[in-house]
Amino acid sequence: MKKFAKIYMALVLFFLYAPIFVLIVFSFNESKSRSMFTGFTLDWYVRLFHNRIIISSLINTLIIAVVASIGSTILGTLAAIGINSMRKVPKSVVMNITNMPIINPEIVTGVSLMLLFVFFAARMKFEFGFATLIIAHITFDVPYVILNIMPKFKQMDPHLYEAALDLGCSPFKAFYKVVLPEIMPGVISGFLMAVTYSLDDFVVSYFTSGSTSQTLPITIYSMTRRKVSPEINALSTIIFIVVLIILIIKNIVENRSAQSKGAGA
Amino acid sequence: MKLKYFSAPYLVWMVIFIVVPLLMVAYFAFTNDGGGFTIKHISAVGQYTNIFVRSIWLSLIATAICLVVAYPIAYILSRMEKHRQGTMLMLVMLPMWMNFLLRTYAWMAILGNNGIINHLLTVIGAQPVKLINTSGAVVLGMVYNYLPFMILPLYSVMEKIDKSVIEAASDLGCNSFSTIFRVIFPLSLPGVTSGITMVFVPAISTFIISRMLGGGSNLLIGDLIEMQFLGNSYNPHLGAAISLVLMALILVIMTVMNQFSPDDQVLM
Repeated sequence: MKKFAKIYMALVLFFLYAPIFVLIVFSFNESKSRSMFTGFTLDWYVRLFHNRIIISSLINTLIIAVVASIGSTILGTLAAIGINSMRKVPKSVVMNITNMPIINPEIVTGVSLMLLFVFFAARMKFEFGFATLIIAHITFDVPYVILNIMPKFKQMDPHLYEAALDLGCSPFKAFYKVVLPEIMPGVISGFLMAVTYSLDDFVVSYFTSGSTSQTLPITIYSMTRRKVSPEINALSTIIFIVVLIILIIKNIVENRSAQSKGAGA
Repeated sequence: MKLKYFSAPYLVWMVIFIVVPLLMVAYFAFTNDGGGFTIKHISAVGQYTNIFVRSIWLSLIATAICLVVAYPIAYILSRMEKHRQGTMLMLVMLPMWMNFLLRTYAWMAILGNNGIINHLLTVIGAQPVKLINTSGAVVLGMVYNYLPFMILPLYSVMEKIDKSVIEAASDLGCNSFSTIFRVIFPLSLPGVTSGITMVFVPAISTFIISRMLGGGSNLLIGDLIEMQFLGNSYNPHLGAAISLVLMALILVIMTVMNQFSPDDQVLM
């Protein structure tokens, strides 16, 4: 049984990593061939860094991800606090609507926002671009922030806030000193999730970006349409390594905090 | 100030950017260019029954394969020693952090007519096979992209199963197979249903995987919708009608499936 488990695990990992391995190997391939390795080169990396479209769409992606995730974290944190103190019926109505962008297929979210933007673009004379992208990203990010924070209220004593008010805190101070520290882990994980979803999003951005501002996934998509462009391989390799480093750091930090918690208990 | 007013900015946002856009989809689906009521577009969706059937069929196959492949992986992960669990889970999840366009692009290079598999086949003297632009390639792309979405909820449910329950089952005479079927599987059902949801919904609505790996001959619902909004056949009314039918379809399938779920824990 143990041996079977190991072989099975290895097979699935092979299935998951073989395509990525192929991308990495062929990013160093001299020719444009995607099946034969003809010789080693770093040319594609050099070309990648000189590709203005890729660099500018990377910058766009980073700006949008940062703005959208900060915006959605603020909006979502306030929302979660408010929703938590709602009565049962309005609470479940709001939560059901909040879940919509998560449950709905991405393409429906993208198309519905596109319809809204088209409708207003004609009447209010604005164009698709940064603004529509950021609005769209905040819209699909906020639900994740709210869903990350809501469980934290269940662990928190509901009377803490009132106690702070009774003891002379202003509502703002009570929120800042009492509520916020309690829900902070949820706020942070919600923020990180929003960053990840924003960086990675293709479908919703595709429908809401217009032609002026492209994000990195949209640029990647138009590159794959032109069939052979080994710069994509180079880009994939860099992204893979960045992700790998981030996850290793995350793993180490989590292990450390788990250990220190274990030592404390 | 009452705490519930904190949510006011979000409620405004939610109405404008979640509720209104969805209502607009419904509005566009039932109107023509002049704004008059019509069911022309909704009934036109009927022409595409074959595409709907193909989408449902391919995404069901992909979901089933994901479930069969992911279940043992989730089980093995959940039974590992704690310190190895984190690393192995990270290894399984790592590919999901790469943009799915890149992951799908990789398969184009592997399955292509001049791709790696066909190259290897000609090297050993076999005939090249048509792999890309087939429905099989689309299913493979779905399985590859969404497998982690199945593993994660299964793992998180199985990890919470009390070890003593499993020990009790074997003490009471279960062998390892009946332990799995009569104890672990029923307890893991919430994970099964949320895993199915998380694979099936993106699979049935994808347009990238079918376009990159399926060629022109394997259109799915997602392609059809995309073509109405950004493609050559610009027709937002028909696109909205198809989107509405897709949403209804998913709602029906999910409702049917939730009948089998012991509680309503659908999301992660």
